[in-house]
Amino acid sequence: MSTVSEPIAGTKVHYLNADYGIKSWLLTTDHKRIALLYLAGITFFFFIGGAFAVLMRLELVTPQGDMMQPETYNKMFTMHGVMMIFFFLIPSIPAVLGNFLVPMMIGARDLAFPKINLLSWYIAMIGGAFTLYAVVAGGVDTGWTFYTPYSSTYSNTHVIATAVGVFISGFSSILTGLNFIVTIHKMRAPGMTWFRLPLFIWAHYATSIIQVLGTPVVAITILLVGLERGFNIGIFDPELGGDPILFQHLFWFYSHPAVYIMILPGMGVISELVTCFARKKIFGYAFVAGSSVAIAVLGFLVWGHHMFVSGQSVYSGMVFSVLSFLVAIPSAIKVFNWTATLYKGSIVYMTPMLYAFGFIGLFTIGGLTGLFLATLAVDVHVHDTYFVVAHFHYIMVGGAIMAYLGGIHYWWPKISGKLYPEGWARLSAGILFIGFNLTFFPQFILGYLGMPRRYHAYPEEFQVLNVMSSAGASILGVGYLIPMIYLVWSMRYGRPSPPNPWGSAGLEWKTPSPPPTFNFDKTPVITEDPYIYSHDEEVEVG
Amino acid sequence: MTHHVEPRKVYFGIFAALMVLTALTVLVAMFDLGRFNIVVALSIACAKAFLVVMFFMHLRFAKPLTQVMVAGGLLWLVILLSGTITDYISRGWLGIVPGW
Repeated sequence: MSTVSEPIAGTKVHYLNADYGIKSWLLTTDHKRIALLYLAGITFFFFIGGAFAVLMRLELVTPQGDMMQPETYNKMFTMHGVMMIFFFLIPSIPAVLGNFLVPMMIGARDLAFPKINLLSWYIAMIGGAFTLYAVVAGGVDTGWTFYTPYSSTYSNTHVIATAVGVFISGFSSILTGLNFIVTIHKMRAPGMTWFRLPLFIWAHYATSIIQVLGTPVVAITILLVGLERGFNIGIFDPELGGDPILFQHLFWFYSHPAVYIMILPGMGVISELVTCFARKKIFGYAFVAGSSVAIAVLGFLVWGHHMFVSGQSVYSGMVFSVLSFLVAIPSAIKVFNWTATLYKGSIVYMTPMLYAFGFIGLFTIGGLTGLFLATLAVDVHVHDTYFVVAHFHYIMVGGAIMAYLGGIHYWWPKISGKLYPEGWARLSAGILFIGFNLTFFPQFILGYLGMPRRYHAYPEEFQVLNVMSSAGASILGVGYLIPMIYLVWSMRYGRPSPPNPWGSAGLEWKTPSPPPTFNFDKTPVITEDPYIYSHDEEVEVG
Repeated sequence: MTHHVEPRKVYFGIFAALMVLTALTVLVAMFDLGRFNIVVALSIACAKAFLVVMFFMHLRFAKPLTQVMVAGGLLWLVILLSGTITDYISRGWLGIVPGW
C-alpha cells in the first residue's frame, strides 16, 4: 500500500502550494509542474522567434533592402523558423497542455515515467540553449530546413551549433511521445475504455506515434549533415558523391508529419472546446477519433509533395500528389463533425469558443490551400512563393496557435485556480483574428502574383500588400501580448475559480482546481461515455 | 506475468554469432561483388540487428503489444525506404539528364 500522503479534496493543498522553493520546481516529477516549466520555456522561445518575425516584417515595409543586408535577412527567417518550429510549436500543446491533462483525463495520478518527463524538459532546454548560443554567436542562414549541400558544405554560419540544438531537442520530443503512449495504454482508470477516451487523448496518442516514429529520422539526418560538414563524408553533396535530394527525402519524412505534431493536438483541444461550449456530445466520436490516427499514418506517406520541383522523379511526384489529397479526407471529417456538433447546440460564446471558431475557419483555409499545393502543376507556379508561407502560417498560427491559446484559456482555471478577465480575453481573441488575417491573407495574393519567399527586397508593385502584412503583424503582436499580461495578472489578482467553471463533462474537471498533487483522492471509475452534456447545464462564469 | 530469463549460454552464443558476422562483414569487404556489395553488407547488418533485438532486447519473449510496436517501427522504415527508392528508380524514366 502506498505511504504517500494524499491531499484531501476540498482542502486548499494543491500542486502549486504543496511545496515551495526553486528546488521544488526544478526537481519536480509532478506532470502538472513540468507542464508549467514547459509553459515558461516555450513562451520564452516564442518571443525570441517572434522578435525575428518583427525584424523581417519591418524590413519588408519598403521594397528596398534598406534595413539589413541580405545575409542578415537570411539569418532572420532561419532563426524565426528554427525557434518557432522546434522550440515552440512542436512542444507547445503536447508538452504543456498534454503534460498537464493526459493523466487527469484518463484518471491517472501521473504519467508512466515521471522522471523521464522531467528529463525531457531539461533536454528541451539544453537543446534550446545550444540554438540560442548559435543566435548570439552570429546566427545561421540555411533556412529551418537545413537544405544540403548549402548547410553541409557552403554556409559559413553556425550550422553545427543550431543542428546540435535541434538534434538534442528531438530526444525531448521522443521521450514525451513515449511517455504518453505508455501512459495511455497502461494507466487508464477502470472503465476508461478506448472508446471512452476524450478526443484530446486520441489526438495526443496519434501525435505521440509521429513523435516516436519520425523524430529519430530527422535526428540521424541532422547528424549526417554534421558528419558531412565536419569530416567531408559524401552523403548529400554531389561533389563528394552524395545526393542532395536524399537529404530532402530524409528531412521531410519527419518534417511533414511534424506539421501534424503541431496541428493534431490542436484538433484534440478543439474537440473538447466545441463540445463543452455547444453543450453537446461530439457528432461522430469514432470518426473523429479514427481520423486522428488516419492523419498520423497518412501524414507519413506524403513527404514528397515538398519536393515537386527539387529534381525528384515526376512519377514519384504524381504518387505523392495523390497521397497528399488523401490526407484532406480525415482533416475534413474533423471539420465537418465539429460543425455538425454545433448544429442545434446551446452555443456559448466564451473566449475558448471564440478561439475554436477561429481555428475551424483558419484551418479550413490553410487546409484547402494545401490542396492547391498538392496539385503538381499549380505547385510549380507557387512553389517557394509567399503562397506557401501564407498556407503554412494558416495551419501553424491560425490553426495550432489558435488552438493552443483556446486550450490555455479553457484550462487556465484548472491550471491556476483563477479566472482570467473575460472582457480582455474576448478583445484579444478578436485582435488576434484580425491581425492574423491582415498579416497572412495578403501573402496568398503576393505569392499568387509571383513574389518569392526568403528575399529582403521586392518590386515596388508588391509594396501595398507587404505593408498590409506588416501592419497585421503589429496587431498580431499586440494580440499576443495582451493574454500574456492578463494571464500572469490573474494568477495573483484573478477571481478564484469554482472547480468546474465551464460546467464541463471532462474527467479533469471532476477534481479540484487547481488539482492536488496526485490528481484524484481515489482512482475514479468511469461508467459513461465522454461528452455527456445537457442543454440545461449552464456555464458558471460569464 | 513472470519475466523470462535467458540462460547465460544463450547470451554468449549470440555474442559469438555477432562477432562472427562482424568478421564476415570485414571479409566480404575484401572482395568486389559489384552491385551485390551493398546487398551483402546490409543483409549481414540486418541479421545482426535481428539477433540483438530478439535476444538482447528480449523481444522474443515480450508481450504482443511490444512486438506490435516494434513491427510498427519496421513498417515505418519500409515506408521511408520505399518512398525514397520510388524516386530513385523512376528518376531517369523521362530521359532527362540532371544538370549537376
